[in-house]
Amino acid sequence: MSSDDEFMSDQLSDDQYEDDDYSLGELEEDDDRYLDDVKDEKPSKKAYEVDYKVHSDEQIRAAQQIQIEEVSSILGLPGEQCAILLRFFKWQKDRLIEKYMDTPDEVLEDAGLGPGYEAPAVLEKLKGFSCEICCDDERGLETYAMKCGHRYCADCYRQYIESKIKDEGEASRIECPSEGCSRIVGSKTIDLLVPSEINHRYRELLNRTYVDDKPNLRWCPAPNCEYVVDCAIRPTQLHSIVPTVQCSCSHQFCFGCGYADHLPCPCLLVKKWLKKCEDDSETANWISANTKECPKCVSTIEKNGGCNHMTCRKCKHEFCWVCMGPWQEHGTSWYNCNRFEEKSGSEARDQQAKSRASLERYLHYYNRYDNHDHSAKLDKDLYVKTEKKMTTLQSSSGLSWIEVQYLEAASKVLQQCRQTLKWTYAFAFYLERNNLTYIFEDNQKDLEMAVETLSSLFEMPTDQLANAKKEMMDRTAYVNSRRIILLEDTAKVLAEENWKFTVDLKQ
Amino acid sequence: MFHAKRLQKELIKIHQGLPPGIHLVAANDFQEWQMDIQVLDENPLYYGKTYRLKFKFSNNYPIEAPEVMFIRATDRDIPMHPHIYSNGVICLDLLSSGNGWSPVQSVESVCMSIQSMLTGNTKNERPDGDDQFVLRTSTSLRNIRFVYDDNTV
Repeated sequence: MSSDDEFMSDQLSDDQYEDDDYSLGELEEDDDRYLDDVKDEKPSKKAYEVDYKVHSDEQIRAAQQIQIEEVSSILGLPGEQCAILLRFFKWQKDRLIEKYMDTPDEVLEDAGLGPGYEAPAVLEKLKGFSCEICCDDERGLETYAMKCGHRYCADCYRQYIESKIKDEGEASRIECPSEGCSRIVGSKTIDLLVPSEINHRYRELLNRTYVDDKPNLRWCPAPNCEYVVDCAIRPTQLHSIVPTVQCSCSHQFCFGCGYADHLPCPCLLVKKWLKKCEDDSETANWISANTKECPKCVSTIEKNGGCNHMTCRKCKHEFCWVCMGPWQEHGTSWYNCNRFEEKSGSEARDQQAKSRASLERYLHYYNRYDNHDHSAKLDKDLYVKTEKKMTTLQSSSGLSWIEVQYLEAASKVLQQCRQTLKWTYAFAFYLERNNLTYIFEDNQKDLEMAVETLSSLFEMPTDQLANAKKEMMDRTAYVNSRRIILLEDTAKVLAEENWKFTVDLKQ
Repeated sequence: MFHAKRLQKELIKIHQGLPPGIHLVAANDFQEWQMDIQVLDENPLYYGKTYRLKFKFSNNYPIEAPEVMFIRATDRDIPMHPHIYSNGVICLDLLSSGNGWSPVQSVESVCMSIQSMLTGNTKNERPDGDDQFVLRTSTSLRNIRFVYDDNTV
């Protein structure tokens, strides 16, 4: 954990204590105690779970404000300038303070601030002024300049800033309009010049750069979701952990890669697997496993029956499918190639057998992966139907709303397990065979059977569902426990780096 | 119109006089102008030759950079330069709104920058991958993303 992360979490715990009457000194001590408590309270954290927090948009803004104020009090600079400095240093507070203590002028210059304090942002009317952008020189023209002194009319300045924000999506690095001047346009100037909706956009963009700059923060990728997840897992740890988080909007995703929940499969394997499924590498494999090329015109030929005497449709060349030699040489031994055991022929066959085996292996895993993917989609429809069933059940059996919730719970567990099963197949595809693999496959089989049994219960007609309540609840609990066992076992071996993969996970 | 007013003023200034080696060819409207430039020293690559530049202005000029490229005409060729493609496209950070462009720049200052870019060049060559670039470049310059990494020429 780098120091700024500690600060983040400190600071967010601060938020939780906001209403209490602690002095600052006590608070820090208390924080440590608080963290210890968390460990004691939850000794049963599962091996596949990671610590994370979800922050709202406002919390993210507040977190920035607190850091800006802290830096401001240490460096004795106005908040506005500290904000620009912090953004320039990508919110690495300690590095900023250290550098500033060494070479304050250099730091200010590099960040686009320059020496001295920024005067309050005001518009001025100057005699004999001519704007270098629009060439306007009317009397009484309102003009603006930052402390770099490059003065333009307010309209041009505003247009320039608006174009930067709206067209280029720029916020933290908007420079003075003058050529070669790298003075940064700060929020005071923005407040003074641009209309509120663009100012709003500016603040949003600033917020976004904050999240992008902090490696421990990631936006929830769900559409229209504005929450941010805070997790300490670094990209270098992704070979030993699958950091799955759940946003407050209920979307579950991987903090490492942003993809939807892919437990127990590590990010790198997910990436490789998806690429493999997308590209044509297996089509090529199929071709080499099932076809041969005409020895004369190299057209690709699939033999789908008949004898070994081949006549190429394209060039009419006649050859033997078995030895690929010209047919004439076979003389009278029709339909039977006695040159079968030739070395070159056997090598070619080995090659083909390899391709075939590799293709079969891939298809084995892909079909099961795809099947669960497909079933998960069907289960979503099932969920909609379940809701209907729940209402019918309520009216027909006289059960209360709370009493039929078991159906929804079962449906959710079912979907989640399908998701997990799907990725176990991608995971298994890259596994080398050893004892651990057998244990993994046993776990996988147990979960799969449990899932199918639960799934079949849903097929029951509504009138029988009420009687099957106990069975369904038991099954749901069982399926869930199977999933936890599988994930737990897999995560433990992953953390110990004991899985043997056919590819290098640290690439 | 914002850009018309500004171009009007630029035109007045141009008619009062331009730096040596820069001439106005056509400025019939506020969308497109043409300028001729010459390299004034004895650089053998460009000696005695004149090149034609086409400027295209958007309504947002000068907040947005103009589109500037060399064009062919009678007695006007595309100059040889490691940052100028054979279809006339110029790779120069100054001409890109998100990079080196500043609204304080003008047609005149752009011409001067390009003039000095030619003056300082000694390499009789085109950019890497010129053939392919010319093949796939659409007519709109706005969508080209250059990476400005070479500060030597």
